[in-house]
Amino acid sequence: MCLAIPARVVELLPDDMARVSIDGVVQTASLAFVEGVGIGDYIVLHVGYALARIDEEEAQRTLKLLQEAAMFGAPA
Amino acid sequence: MKHLDEYRDGGLARGLAARIHSEAKPGRAYAFMEFCGGHTHAVSRYGVQDILPENIRLIHGPGCPVCVLPIGRIDQAIELAKNPEITLCVYGDLMRVPGSNGASLTKAKAGGADIRMIYSTLDAISVAEREPQREIVFFAIGFETTTPPTAMAIRLAQKKRLRNFSVFCNHVLTPAAMRQILETSDPQSLPLDGFIGPAHVSTIIGTAPYDAFAGEFRKPIVIAGFEPLDVVQAILMLVRQVNDGRAEAENEYIRAVTPDGNRIAQAEIADIFELRESFEWRGLGEIPKSALRLREAYRDYDAERRFSMERRVARDNPACECGAILRGVKQPRDCKLFGTACTPETPMGACMVSSEGSCAAYWAYGRFRASQRRAAE
Repeated sequence: MCLAIPARVVELLPDDMARVSIDGVVQTASLAFVEGVGIGDYIVLHVGYALARIDEEEAQRTLKLLQEAAMFGAPA
Repeated sequence: MKHLDEYRDGGLARGLAARIHSEAKPGRAYAFMEFCGGHTHAVSRYGVQDILPENIRLIHGPGCPVCVLPIGRIDQAIELAKNPEITLCVYGDLMRVPGSNGASLTKAKAGGADIRMIYSTLDAISVAEREPQREIVFFAIGFETTTPPTAMAIRLAQKKRLRNFSVFCNHVLTPAAMRQILETSDPQSLPLDGFIGPAHVSTIIGTAPYDAFAGEFRKPIVIAGFEPLDVVQAILMLVRQVNDGRAEAENEYIRAVTPDGNRIAQAEIADIFELRESFEWRGLGEIPKSALRLREAYRDYDAERRFSMERRVARDNPACECGAILRGVKQPRDCKLFGTACTPETPMGACMVSSEGSCAAYWAYGRFRASQRRAAE
């Protein structure tokens, strides 16, 4: 029920709506709950609504942390 | 898909697991509850438990809205749908949830009730606009993640002056359930060293609400995304907190969750909804201030005020262990019905219906592992 997936904004529509792409599958979604989202941004999509904007910098930071932890833990 | 594939990398998962093996202390046991069904699903599907050291145990929590909805509320929804004036709009997950005496929304629909599966509350609004002669009721369930879309539907109905749209509200609150587990669980039957905290619920409520728990109950919480590497990284962070004697609310899912959460959604929810004094949760019982209802100003959109609805008390199948499984004190394989009378095709309990339910996750992925283990022994 709480499942949500990343989607990329491909077109802004009137009334806080947008067309978003989920791995190439395009659908309309509401951007009413997020501010400052533009074309090319990724959002967390849940039952037709964007709940949050995915922060690219924080995503990179998370991946870097994962890689560092995984490297250190890898058997020599 | 960007922002998904990176967090499903097997090589990184093995590296992280090796790191957990090196940091977890062999002399002690670690028990972490993943609150959300989304995490339970990721743990089962990607075999996360298999790459962890034996002394780290994951306990499945009650974070599956379909699973915690009491049978009485399903019965009420079926009653509503039988009203010939009403069109009941529901999320697909609810269709097969068993009500009393083997009833379900699927069977009610087969019997002629006007029940429509929708993907989004926006679809329910479209139905209400298209069919002004029908009473459209949206069967709203879910945690904080799913509440803003319901709020938006009510806001849209108000803007569009729709007189035929209302909501049967069953929205529940995550922090209240976590508190209930912490306050009522017996450390003997349910040892808990920390929580893997909700992913998408937290996009709405932020990380701040968890700070109080971590401090008050001295339990570490790490908010994590629903992908397998998110879960494994959160487990590493929890092991570190336990080893350091810390009890903090930390955030692994920083790419989507901020300390304050989604202020726009919070404001909309606060304007439309208020706390119920108490609400029944399947498995957890009555929990004070754990659910929402519509405020008086929005009474026209409240199906419970608009239609005469009797409160129904219904009992679970006595052999069904959903309740104990939701509290984390039993595993699906401890239930006599699991895999025999109760399968996804003929679910007896809600934990088998929802794909996020522990029983459905075990059925789809875990039972093979269990039988292989038995064969090896």
